[in-house]
Amino acid sequence: MDVALERVRKSYGGVTVLHETSLDLPSGRVHGVVGENGAGKSTLARILCGAVRPDSGRVTVDGEPVRIAAPRDALRHGIALVTQESAIVPALSVLDNVFLGTRGRGSGRRSRFAALAARTGFELPPGARAGELPLARRQQVEILRALAHGARLIALDEPTALLPKADAAALLGLVRDLAAEGTAIVLVSHRLDEVLATCDTVTVLRDGRRVSSGPAAGLTPDGLLREMVGRPVETLYPDPPPVPDGAPVVLAARDVSRGRAVRGVSLDVRAGEIVGLAGLAGSGRTETLRLLFGADRMDGGEVTVAGRRPRARGPAGTTALGMAFVPESRAEQGLVLVRPTAENLGLAALPARRLVRRSTELRSAAATAAEVGIRGAGLDRPAWTLSGGNQQKAVFGKWLVRRPRVLLADEPTRGADVAAKARIHRLITGLAAEGVAVLAASSEVEEVLGLAHRVLVMRDGRIAGEFPRGAAGPEDVLALAGLR
Amino acid sequence: MRTAAVRDHGVVVALAALVVALSLSTDTFLTTGNLVNLLDQTVVVGLLACGMTLCVVCGAFDLAVGAVLAVSAVVAVLVTRSAGVPAGYAAGVATGALMGTVSGLVVVLTRVHSFIATLALSIVYRGLAVVITGGAIVYPRAAQLDAFQMIGWPTALGGVTAATLVLAGAAAACWVLLAGTAFGRRVHAVGGNAEAARLSGVRTGPVRVAVFATSGACAGTAGLVMAARGGSAQPNLGNLLELSAIAAVVLGGTSILGGEGAIWRSLIGVLILGLISNGFNLLGWNPTYKQVIEGVLILCAVTLDQFLRHRKT
Repeated sequence: MDVALERVRKSYGGVTVLHETSLDLPSGRVHGVVGENGAGKSTLARILCGAVRPDSGRVTVDGEPVRIAAPRDALRHGIALVTQESAIVPALSVLDNVFLGTRGRGSGRRSRFAALAARTGFELPPGARAGELPLARRQQVEILRALAHGARLIALDEPTALLPKADAAALLGLVRDLAAEGTAIVLVSHRLDEVLATCDTVTVLRDGRRVSSGPAAGLTPDGLLREMVGRPVETLYPDPPPVPDGAPVVLAARDVSRGRAVRGVSLDVRAGEIVGLAGLAGSGRTETLRLLFGADRMDGGEVTVAGRRPRARGPAGTTALGMAFVPESRAEQGLVLVRPTAENLGLAALPARRLVRRSTELRSAAATAAEVGIRGAGLDRPAWTLSGGNQQKAVFGKWLVRRPRVLLADEPTRGADVAAKARIHRLITGLAAEGVAVLAASSEVEEVLGLAHRVLVMRDGRIAGEFPRGAAGPEDVLALAGLR
Repeated sequence: MRTAAVRDHGVVVALAALVVALSLSTDTFLTTGNLVNLLDQTVVVGLLACGMTLCVVCGAFDLAVGAVLAVSAVVAVLVTRSAGVPAGYAAGVATGALMGTVSGLVVVLTRVHSFIATLALSIVYRGLAVVITGGAIVYPRAAQLDAFQMIGWPTALGGVTAATLVLAGAAAACWVLLAGTAFGRRVHAVGGNAEAARLSGVRTGPVRVAVFATSGACAGTAGLVMAARGGSAQPNLGNLLELSAIAAVVLGGTSILGGEGAIWRSLIGVLILGLISNGFNLLGWNPTYKQVIEGVLILCAVTLDQFLRHRKT
């Protein structure tokens, strides 16, 4: 069975995450898909298995176009996806999970389960509740389920991210075995070494486009990295205004910790300085920013703004000291989407007790909107009417009303198109020029390097190292972050 | 956009249509006596709906208002007996506000969903009313009865009752609070996206407690009105009225998902429910069907709300 994606395209809220992309997935071959975060890898895998419907383009099986509107359609055609966030039913047994959605019950299942377990080498207790298994073992349940459905194409999204080395090697061995039996495999992974060692062909995605596609033989991790990152950083980002000599430290953190996510982070950000926070997914970037802002409670450590500690707990205390926070997800954490844009822009600067006049609110919002360059249907319309990039500008805008002293920004340009991205970058450098201390985290290494005076690299909840501006390329940062 | 317009203006059109239909089909509808009576009958649910609107916009439900109403009425009567009518009135409203504050604190501190938390509290409050009264009906002293019942009297304003004016005043206050103050903005933000509000520096806990306190004060006032009308109070007063209040709020087009709504909407919702009742009376229809129609209307309103919300995300 040969599956192919033909010119599939997907966009969310005006932002195209996958441009017309084609991919051939012949049986018996392992196909690697690599790219930076947001390059479109997961979208591609999810289109394949019916979890996401493309805006245009089609999926063909043996040359015939097939209609895949939901995961069960994909399964009927023998296509299964094994994801990072495991899709199991925690309350059901391992056995029930493996045969979920298949017909037939009773004694036949146990012997089929034993056969599948023997074939894969997985040692899973069939009677145990799936929810009690550790994450890495739940993945095995999903792989067994794919096989139980007779899947002829299995897409694995970051399958080894959670596994210790030996288990990862065993899994990749299984992948090769399945391919040898004629199954087509799509392997989405950050780990370039294992992609090169396991795959027959490798496709590189960048900004939702296929940059290259070809046999894995002859490729090197460094070469792949260069293709993933793309054009040189310098051409995109102008130098930020220099930090004045003797600029005081505004944001200071000492031994900030929370569980296993953040383990004793200390850092200083001076007035007018932009400090970048880089690291792989799960390295503790987001968690560190949330702790500094008081969004989560610290286990230990201290955060001060210009030497003062927050007097109240949580964001109410840190915002009173002049901290501003652009969270990771604007829809869930940044904006009240059902409220008008004008109200969102005023939210962080509401007076304690006073009448609010609509006209004053709109005038103030209009000034902010002009400053950050929001374009949309109207400030009195709900914020959900704005495009992704303009929503992101609104999240910045709400903090500008009360001039902040510290700006913490997590994924400041997520989901923004090129123009909105440039605008947000100008905004950040502009704030720094006014003396705001900026700490910005991004999964795009390129962005962190381009924006910041100084880059801190996180790994396993700690700061693994630091690069001054211009001293490191993306490869150095990713290496320190533990990519290879 | 067209479906959003249905919600924005549909309730107004529906209200107008009902008024026209009843005016044409009966001789009795457009009489002063009937209209005064109609308004007076909306007062209790109207007061509860004002407080409930704040809660629902803030993303919470207050199912305890019926029980708060009963306790407040009982306390108002008992305080009237020992300290006079003005003190009794004040005690009634204050009791409502206090119990509302307690509900708010319980919801915020336990983090149990307000629907369940206030359902449990309503049972507690009812029990409290029984404990206070010993399960009996309580009356003001005979000499106080006239003064105690003054809230039900007609006023110089075309004969509408004082209770109707109380509702008008309470509604105006809640309207300004919700639509025209910084507090109202916070209520909307907490109901629309509590996490975004928190991360914008809004203290969500105090906002939630405040809307429950307001709802309690409204319920206390409603308790006064009921006690004054009946000249007595008893523990099962206002049973299940919280559902009528929620029905009115939803019918008016306030989103049960939080973040969107207005006091005027709930007033229209109350009036529509009142008109349906009134119409059944005037036309001599079997009141059994009234419930069916009300239920279907509420279902339609909620379905429309969910449909509109779904398209946004």
